[in-house]
Amino acid sequence: MATGYFFPHRHVLGIDQLSPDDITHILNTADSFKEISARPIKKVPTLRGHTIINLFFEPSTRTRLSFEVAAKRMSADTFNISPSTSSTTKGETLIDTARNISAMHPDIIIIRHSFSGAPHLLAKYVNASVINAGDGAHEHPSQGLLDMMTVKEHKGRLHDLKVAIVGDIMHSRVAHSGIEGFTKMGSSVHVYGPSTLVPKGLEQLGAVVESSLPDAVRDADVVMTLRIQKERQNDPLLPSFREYARHFGISKKILALAKPDALVMHPGPVNRGIEMSPDVADCSQSVILNQVTNGVAVRMALLYLVMGNS
Amino acid sequence: MNTSWIIKQGRVIDPVNAVDQCQDIYVLNGKITDDAASLPADVQIIDAKGQIVVPGLIDMHVHLREPGQEYKEDILSGTRSAVHGGFTAVACMPNTSPVNDSASVCRFILDKAREAPARVYPVCAISKGSNGHELTEMGDLRENGAVAVSDDGVPVTDSQLMRRALEYASDFQLTVISHCEDPALSTGVMNEGSTSTLLGLKGIPVAAESVMVYRDIALAEFTGKPVHIAHVSCAQSLELIRAAKQRGVRVTAETAPHYFSLTDDAVTGYDTNAKMNPPLRQQADVDAVRSALCDGTIDVIATDHAPHSILEKELEFDAAANGIIGLETALPLTLRLVQENVLDFSRMVELMSVWPAKILGVQGGHLSPGARADITIIDPEDVFTYTEEMIVSKSKNSPFIGQQFKGRAVLTMVDGIVQFGVAENNTHPKIA
Repeated sequence: MATGYFFPHRHVLGIDQLSPDDITHILNTADSFKEISARPIKKVPTLRGHTIINLFFEPSTRTRLSFEVAAKRMSADTFNISPSTSSTTKGETLIDTARNISAMHPDIIIIRHSFSGAPHLLAKYVNASVINAGDGAHEHPSQGLLDMMTVKEHKGRLHDLKVAIVGDIMHSRVAHSGIEGFTKMGSSVHVYGPSTLVPKGLEQLGAVVESSLPDAVRDADVVMTLRIQKERQNDPLLPSFREYARHFGISKKILALAKPDALVMHPGPVNRGIEMSPDVADCSQSVILNQVTNGVAVRMALLYLVMGNS
Repeated sequence: MNTSWIIKQGRVIDPVNAVDQCQDIYVLNGKITDDAASLPADVQIIDAKGQIVVPGLIDMHVHLREPGQEYKEDILSGTRSAVHGGFTAVACMPNTSPVNDSASVCRFILDKAREAPARVYPVCAISKGSNGHELTEMGDLRENGAVAVSDDGVPVTDSQLMRRALEYASDFQLTVISHCEDPALSTGVMNEGSTSTLLGLKGIPVAAESVMVYRDIALAEFTGKPVHIAHVSCAQSLELIRAAKQRGVRVTAETAPHYFSLTDDAVTGYDTNAKMNPPLRQQADVDAVRSALCDGTIDVIATDHAPHSILEKELEFDAAANGIIGLETALPLTLRLVQENVLDFSRMVELMSVWPAKILGVQGGHLSPGARADITIIDPEDVFTYTEEMIVSKSKNSPFIGQQFKGRAVLTMVDGIVQFGVAENNTHPKIA
């Protein structure tokens, strides 16, 4: 990284806004923060006196916890609010919520929302920095970054890798951010899933859309699977989990097509026996828990950088 | 009030009478005449040199929101918006509150419209409450001023009801206007394609429209009754309509200016003023709409003027209402097609005046002697930037704010009464 680099973003709304230099810088920063979580006293004073609000309109366990742990390890004051999404249609609008929160002078607002673009709308109406913790089927940038961090740790690079992403591509903001990120860093992303779950136009994001599971996984350096839901809003996407597991799940046999040292990843929570067989989830190539550990470091880095630190 | 005029030396475009030349138009007591000698001595002169003089524009698809949603628009504000955009008449859709499915609502609208600067033609519902179950009392509605029926805003999903509507409406010379949409396919918020994937928004495929267009064509063909397809947005629908017209099916079609002006790229940034139903499509669809305007597959340009306040629009994209205002931008957007040689002025007048009058079965669409003096004068050279401040409609939900245009209406006359005329800052046309 050239000296004099300065992180240029007040908000982190998506991987789409980040340059390869930005991504490298975030990952380097995260790397330097990672050891804090390994200390006996897991706290540094870096963000003391800063107010961080977790505004989660959608249920979340690990992402919210991860952001909260990250903030607290940097000594920020954190507050969690979980308004029901329905209140935005019945009563207070997102913009009014934003203005009210803004009036309390927070430094950072972390938002998760079931509607794509909600963080972008929020960012227009608040003085605080906004970090997108997942918006609809759009982006989940901190997840994309922690995935890249995990791959870089194990592979030593983010370029010239084959990354296979398998599962519900259509509804997955993780897939979206992953495709954007890995492609930007010089790797090729191959996606595969039931046709009901593969949206149009993925090629323009840089992805290679595969027509069979073996083609997607063959010689891959990374095999990432995504969480499956059988039905969404009465849209009959899949006949059964049983059939999904058989035709689209990652078994040991399928995994054997990938490179011998291929990483197995999943953003969680895993439906064991559906997206991947239990022996795959627990195999030595699985880095699912490393992803969770790195999540805290990446989120510490994002909080640090949006506050104008470099 | 003066209703006698000489409109001097404008370029008169009157395709019904095969006129495209500079000439005077005489108006006596609110009616067009060819007898200059009959005009009173103190007749007023409108100098229209350099202007285009056309039969009054008719917008056969607007939402005036009254009764029920007057904070968005009312009959007076909507018709003021209309005359500012060059329209002398509008047909208003029935999705008011209550739904215009009865003689009393229809009468209420027409009573309010007596004070309005433009003519108002009520379109009543096909089904009671527009709930898709029972036919409205169409004979009664006809007697009380309805010119057409439509459940616009919601599709008629019951094919048997649609068939019966085509049959029964024809007994009362009511045009059936169909909002073509298969709701099972149409669960998204924008066009389904690469942009919806990029933005993570749920898509609406073109097939959600085209499968219902085909159903209505099949019903029209079988029953021999006419059907008019509202707001056609995509190439697939247009191919079906073109083929149906070729084999003699009585189908007519309209599109809205946004479908020949914008693609779904306009949604980028989650701009809720680019959210409408049917949604903005892709470039190939825009190109197909333009070709269809030219070759006669599309008969009408109608705005689908859909006023919404910031309460419905300053929201997350998923939560925002569908629709944009259009009365004040329709003519400038269509004039762009003339400037780009997609249409000539004569075809433009057919699309915006001749065919709407024919399809609705109302007066207008030509400047023949004896016709009501509904006349629009257009300055084709007037360059202006469309700003929020200049919008006459109560609502400001337009994706075209900030754009520069060339050409607009400068004078709108209804029954010989000048209902809109730019007098200041403009030398042409002036009321001498």
